[in-house]
Amino acid sequence: MYAPDFAYYRADSVAEIGRLLRAHPGAKVLAGGHSLIPLLKLRLAAPPALIDIGRVAELKGIAVADGRVRIGALTTHAEIAASSDVARHAPALAAAAGVIGDPAVRNRGTIGGNVAHADPASDLPTVLLALGASFAVATDDGERTIPAGKFFQGMMATALGDHDVVTAIDVPAAPGGQGQAYEKFSHPASRYAVIGVAATVELRGETVGNVAVALGGLVPAAVRTGSVEQALSGRAPSAEAIAGAAAAVSNDLGDDLIGDIYASAEYRRAMAPVCVKRALTAALKQASVADAPAARSPWWKPSWL
Amino acid sequence: MTVPVSITVNGQRYDREVEPRLLLVHFLREVVGSTGTKVGCDTSQCGACTVLMDGVSLKSCTALAVQADGAEVTTIEGLADGDALHPLQDAFWEKHGLQCGFCTPGMIMASHELLRVTPDPSDAQIRHGLEGNMCRCTGYQNIVRAVRQAAGTTAGQP
Repeated sequence: MYAPDFAYYRADSVAEIGRLLRAHPGAKVLAGGHSLIPLLKLRLAAPPALIDIGRVAELKGIAVADGRVRIGALTTHAEIAASSDVARHAPALAAAAGVIGDPAVRNRGTIGGNVAHADPASDLPTVLLALGASFAVATDDGERTIPAGKFFQGMMATALGDHDVVTAIDVPAAPGGQGQAYEKFSHPASRYAVIGVAATVELRGETVGNVAVALGGLVPAAVRTGSVEQALSGRAPSAEAIAGAAAAVSNDLGDDLIGDIYASAEYRRAMAPVCVKRALTAALKQASVADAPAARSPWWKPSWL
Repeated sequence: MTVPVSITVNGQRYDREVEPRLLLVHFLREVVGSTGTKVGCDTSQCGACTVLMDGVSLKSCTALAVQADGAEVTTIEGLADGDALHPLQDAFWEKHGLQCGFCTPGMIMASHELLRVTPDPSDAQIRHGLEGNMCRCTGYQNIVRAVRQAAGTTAGQP
């Protein structure tokens, strides 16, 4: 398949990205290309020009500072999955990055391109929403920060303006006692998320503290599920409490469920609580390990698991 | 619009003017004339087009030739040293890790990436590492055996 013809410009700096975007109305930004090139080949998009930002060195890399992990927009999924900093401070993000596509896809796809594309069947929007990430964006006027909760606005729709480009993703470092998990029901060929659930759960003694749960693959944009969060927060963790909270996800799915040839909307609706339950269970297990007194063996397992 | 690119393929440099929309796989097959790299699904799922760019695997149906400007690309044709097959090629031959052969170039390049990242893989790691490459003939058993042999590992069952 050939993409429609387009002009091609290469940026060497963030400043030049903005200049090129302003000079070429309708142009799209090319990072790793693993979301954009398939769209072009299927002729679902036909921009007059691409601005290749793949060589802008200042957009690459992972750094930990001020209680957060800052990930440059051009950092690849493989780099995120292999990062000890991400594994330590944002384990659900490391887990999600490691199950995107396949190794060759993870070598090329970037976190910035992924979020700017905002495919609901993608993994990172879901996990970044649950983790309370925010996005640094270069604009005409300088820089602004967009929280994940305001960034994803619909099917492949974001808060980015025509001349905006995501430069970095800031992820808060997990506080002590918090467990994180990403649970994915993969499409067997594409590895896109038929359903993706990201969960963070804090355990304070024998009570569940803050809970954040986000869903992907189910509705047109990654969303938080407040019903699940409220149902579990403040409860004593038990298999029954988890199952009850997971069932509450049906309150938040609405009538706009995604269905396709592989998984119907009805099937996804039925599977959603199953995936939420798995994610909550895994996150609570992580939290209990984080919370476990050092005197206990590393194999200590709470009674409710 | 055409754009000048300089891409080194299997050690030989190609300076060409290309359309920006030219995919790397078509650059390899139609400009360079190396047809070992296949176009399968053309949607970055099947892995038949897998090559190495600067030593790291990518699916060349989902990369533009302009993105490879300045890079060194290795295809299946670049693995053997003259008549001496690469250990992965030897192992796919020995263990009969193919039937029709269409997926094989991509499968071997993906195996190359697997062994780069995981030099001594378990069978589970081999299967996981090759999950982006599809074979409709072999049922994968002999492919796993071939990679295991190439790795020089005795992991898993024979």
